[in-house]
Amino acid sequence: MRFLLRFYVAIVFVFIFAPIVVSFVFSFSENRFPTLPLTAFSTIWYEKVLAEPVFLESFRRSLIVASVTSVLSTFIGFGAAYMDYRYRFFGQKFYVAIGMIPPMIPVLILGVAMLIFLSQVGLSGGLHSVIIAHVVLCTPFAMALVRLKLSQMPDNLEAAAWNLGANEWRSMRMVVVPFCWPAILAAIFITAAISLDEFAIAWFVSGLEETLPVRVLNLVARQSSPSVNAIGSFTFTLSLTLVVLAQVVLVANQRRGEKKA
Amino acid sequence: MAKTKLDRAGGGALETGRASGSASRRAFIGVFGGPLVFWQGLFFVAPLIFMFVMTFWAVRNYQLSADFTLANWQAILAADYAWDAYLRSALGAGLAAGIATVVAFPCAYYLGLKTTPRVRILGACLIMAPFFTSFLVRTYTWRTMLGDEGVLNAMLGWLGLGPFQMINNLFGSVVGYLTLVMPLVLLLQLFSISGIDRRLIEAAHNLGCNPFQTVFRVIIPGARNGIVLAATFAFVLSFGDLISPQVLGGSNPPTLSILIVDQVRGGLQWPRASVIAVMMVVTLGVLVSLAMAFVYGGSTKRAKRA
Repeated sequence: MRFLLRFYVAIVFVFIFAPIVVSFVFSFSENRFPTLPLTAFSTIWYEKVLAEPVFLESFRRSLIVASVTSVLSTFIGFGAAYMDYRYRFFGQKFYVAIGMIPPMIPVLILGVAMLIFLSQVGLSGGLHSVIIAHVVLCTPFAMALVRLKLSQMPDNLEAAAWNLGANEWRSMRMVVVPFCWPAILAAIFITAAISLDEFAIAWFVSGLEETLPVRVLNLVARQSSPSVNAIGSFTFTLSLTLVVLAQVVLVANQRRGEKKA
Repeated sequence: MAKTKLDRAGGGALETGRASGSASRRAFIGVFGGPLVFWQGLFFVAPLIFMFVMTFWAVRNYQLSADFTLANWQAILAADYAWDAYLRSALGAGLAAGIATVVAFPCAYYLGLKTTPRVRILGACLIMAPFFTSFLVRTYTWRTMLGDEGVLNAMLGWLGLGPFQMINNLFGSVVGYLTLVMPLVLLLQLFSISGIDRRLIEAAHNLGCNPFQTVFRVIIPGARNGIVLAATFAFVLSFGDLISPQVLGGSNPPTLSILIVDQVRGGLQWPRASVIAVMMVVTLGVLVSLAMAFVYGGSTKRAKRA
């Protein structure tokens, strides 16, 4: 019985990981079409990707969007999380809701709404449009991460700062930000990873300024190209690095906190 | 460091802090609390409201013009292809939510209750990994694997089976949806199952329940909220997904998401695309409210009974 259950769990994990592993393996296969048996090992698809200026250009755009998005959405998310933590005010539930709802709306619908709105106000068709939309989508994640950290902050920490004469600004700078710093870093990495992977909204609003995932989407829609595997493996490594960095920051800080206590 | 703070406190900074309070505090709240209202109000709430307004606009000579016409609503609501697409989207998303819920449950049960904490954490980390891979690349890989010449048909061929057509149909779409939602459903179910009070399970054992009775009488009722929420999320995500029906489902006949893209691409039919989008938002809104009512209504009832 237990063996059967384990076998079953293994099958479900195979389903989840098959596309990731297969894509990785075939990115190193010489054959144009991914079939069995595997042909010779080769890095030809990576070389092809690197040799195409279109890819490098779109990757550069993605990096710009991801870095601006991560900083902006982390700042907005941090401020909003602190407001929710520190103050009780009229409409607080609504305030938190407009902060948290965007990821629950299908990105397709967000994309259409953004395209229609931004083109009416003359802001569509550029990297700034992608940044605007990605900040909307990423802020909730930053807000959630920081809010979680704030709820672990000892109550008397800020009270002590106030008693010692610090005003809001000073206690923010000397107490709250240092305490939340690991969550802030984690939020920067996670939001960057989300932005780097997002293609649906970007596809609608980016116009001619294709980001990397939009480039991949157009490639996939048209033909079968093993370059997709190479790009996928590359971006997977990049996102995973960002996420692992976020984890390392959080865990290292937790350890330090435990030692202190 | 400590000294300067003490000095400031000694120097009557407490009073200055109070005195400059209201203006400084207003600025403080504006700087940290304002950006969310500004950004999400302007770029999230306003676009959604404007999309609804857009459903009443008209397109004349390939130009959008502000209007108040019900023509777009009539055109979409009277079109058979739109309702076919609606049902197809709902069917695909429903299948995905149902299959994901049933398939993930034994897995979550094993990881949540039948294994060591170390394996559980490893499992949870593994389940999170796909969130950071490109969904686009995963669906593309499924297409190459499930195609007529693909890896799967090649393996089935060795067994003397097939070839089966596994892409450009509903099967393909559902595989795509499952790729999208399975990790999330598994994770949410795992959370809710690990939260069940172990003493209840032991009690069930002591009272003579066999493992199956325990699962159906203790674990499923205990994890009910998580299971329902996970299935709802799965439906929402699949219903709005564009990639699975496009890359794996063959895009023809279309789902609602593909209709939206067609309307936007094919000559500025933004008002009609907005009508479809509003239909989707309303459908999902009703569904999520029902799920929430089920989850929260159920728990208050239970609380009252207790």
